[in-house]
Amino acid sequence: MLDIKNVEKTFNPGTINEKKALCDISLHLDKGDFVTVIGGNGAGKSTMLNMVAGVYPVDHGRVVIDGIDVTRLPEYKRAKYLGRVFQDPMTGTAADMQIEENLALAARRGKRRTLRPGITAKERAEYRELLKILGLGLENRLTAKVGLLSGGQRQALTLLMATLMSPKVLLLDEHTAALDPKTAKKVLEITDEIVARNNLTTLMITHNMHDAIQYGNRLIMMHEGRIVVDVRGEEKKQLTIEQLLQLFEQSSGSKFGSDKAILSK
Amino acid sequence: MTSDSGEVVLSPPRTFVYIRKGDNMDILGQLFNALPGSVSQGLIWGIMAIGVYITYRILDVADLTVDGSFATGGVVAVILILNGCNLWLAMLIAFIAGMLTGAITGLLHTLMGIPPILAGILTQLALYSINLKLLGKANQSVNVNQTDLLISLRWVRDLAFRNPLITVGIVLLVMVGILYWFFGTEMGCALRATGANLNMSRAQGINTSFNKVLGIMLSNGLVAFSGAFLAQYQGFADVKMGQGAIVIGLAAVIIGEAVFGKIFKNFALRLIGVALGSIIYYIVVQTVITLGLDANLLKLLSAAIVAIFLAIPYWKKQYMEKHIGRARRG
Repeated sequence: MLDIKNVEKTFNPGTINEKKALCDISLHLDKGDFVTVIGGNGAGKSTMLNMVAGVYPVDHGRVVIDGIDVTRLPEYKRAKYLGRVFQDPMTGTAADMQIEENLALAARRGKRRTLRPGITAKERAEYRELLKILGLGLENRLTAKVGLLSGGQRQALTLLMATLMSPKVLLLDEHTAALDPKTAKKVLEITDEIVARNNLTTLMITHNMHDAIQYGNRLIMMHEGRIVVDVRGEEKKQLTIEQLLQLFEQSSGSKFGSDKAILSK
Repeated sequence: MTSDSGEVVLSPPRTFVYIRKGDNMDILGQLFNALPGSVSQGLIWGIMAIGVYITYRILDVADLTVDGSFATGGVVAVILILNGCNLWLAMLIAFIAGMLTGAITGLLHTLMGIPPILAGILTQLALYSINLKLLGKANQSVNVNQTDLLISLRWVRDLAFRNPLITVGIVLLVMVGILYWFFGTEMGCALRATGANLNMSRAQGINTSFNKVLGIMLSNGLVAFSGAFLAQYQGFADVKMGQGAIVIGLAAVIIGEAVFGKIFKNFALRLIGVALGSIIYYIVVQTVITLGLDANLLKLLSAAIVAIFLAIPYWKKQYMEKHIGRARRG
């Protein structure tokens, strides 16, 4: 479903700030794969996701989604195939617009936007049903401005928007990192449910090893722009945090301990 | 006020002609007498202010093209009218000319990566030459006695459709209706989303560059349309008639929001609030002139009003943060 082939990216090449963010990354996801991505700060996790989303062009390599080479497509054109949720709850939704308007924007992703109504009565009824599933009471606040919602509510809404049109790949960029632990858990549960129900191919970055092990059917760990650990299936189910740290040390040749963020459980 | 020699002259403090000083009228009487003129001007500039609202509030871009495109609208309309063009067709072409000026600013920004404020300033400067070339001189009169016009300040007391209050009022309401419809369509929603959140818009497949250009075009179309009305109202087009237009537009937007923001929540009503803000602005201007303020100080006054109103939300926020911070520290 998703193929990242020999992708390389260097920021600020030829300057003192040169940073090799991705070094010859290759990754293949089958349909329905739920891959969690873990790694320290600057490991290249977000860069990899942004390469798939087309936020900036790759230096080398190709990105193929369901057989379609999207390497040269601008971000807004690739959006047709992708659902995205960001780390910052402010990024994924338009605060000045209503809940239903945000959903209606997402429902038209990848379609030509014409002079037809931006939202119809039929859609409103559908959105009400969809919002009920979240269990956050948003179904009664369809015309409320999104800016009035809490961070967790906004992330849940963004998730709904991202999955509304059944994307070929769902990209989650630490989408619970800015939430309090309780809300983060709730949003993760909703995520798992939506992904399972729609059998979505998913790439989820997390800072939390525990979540990385608990969710998904495959786990990859990145370090200095490379994928250094790739565990799947039964092996992943049995995985513990200690084993994960060991695997990391073996393959990267360095200690993990210095990176506090990744050790959060 | 005209200089047929083609040299650039400062346009006089325009069209506050209803004040007949030394008429033995008291100030209130003078003001009342001038009211239809102030309201007419307010309505005309109200269309322009709605254009500014589209860029400043919806797209979240301060577009300075308007100082040039306002004059472009007046210049284009006057040339067409003098050449016997149908009046409404002349208005339409002025609107399209304004959209073209907006397209230039939009492309300077999206295609060439120039910050929007600078892009607007560049277009505005370029338009000064273009307007001068189009008109062939600094200003050109259209005499309502010799030429058919849609509106004129001479008819401001007539009980007829040609009264600017009625013509411009109806046109403004129709425009608000069209804009209300448009911003509810898929295209209009995409435009609003572009102004609200660029990252989200792109993630939802919206071509943000296209929408920025579209929004700036629409805005300047309205601004030029307003300029075309003002040229007929005052009986001449002047290459400097748009000078400081952005400040008047912003003043109208800000006054409209300050006065009607709490009661006008609906989008159409908010646009009408902006037009009312423009009318209030002109009544205030008329008042201070009647009270004896030197008309040459008008622009200083406008700039000061806008600066203060822009500062208020910022000060409010700073005060709140200080206040809340203190409360938390306990």
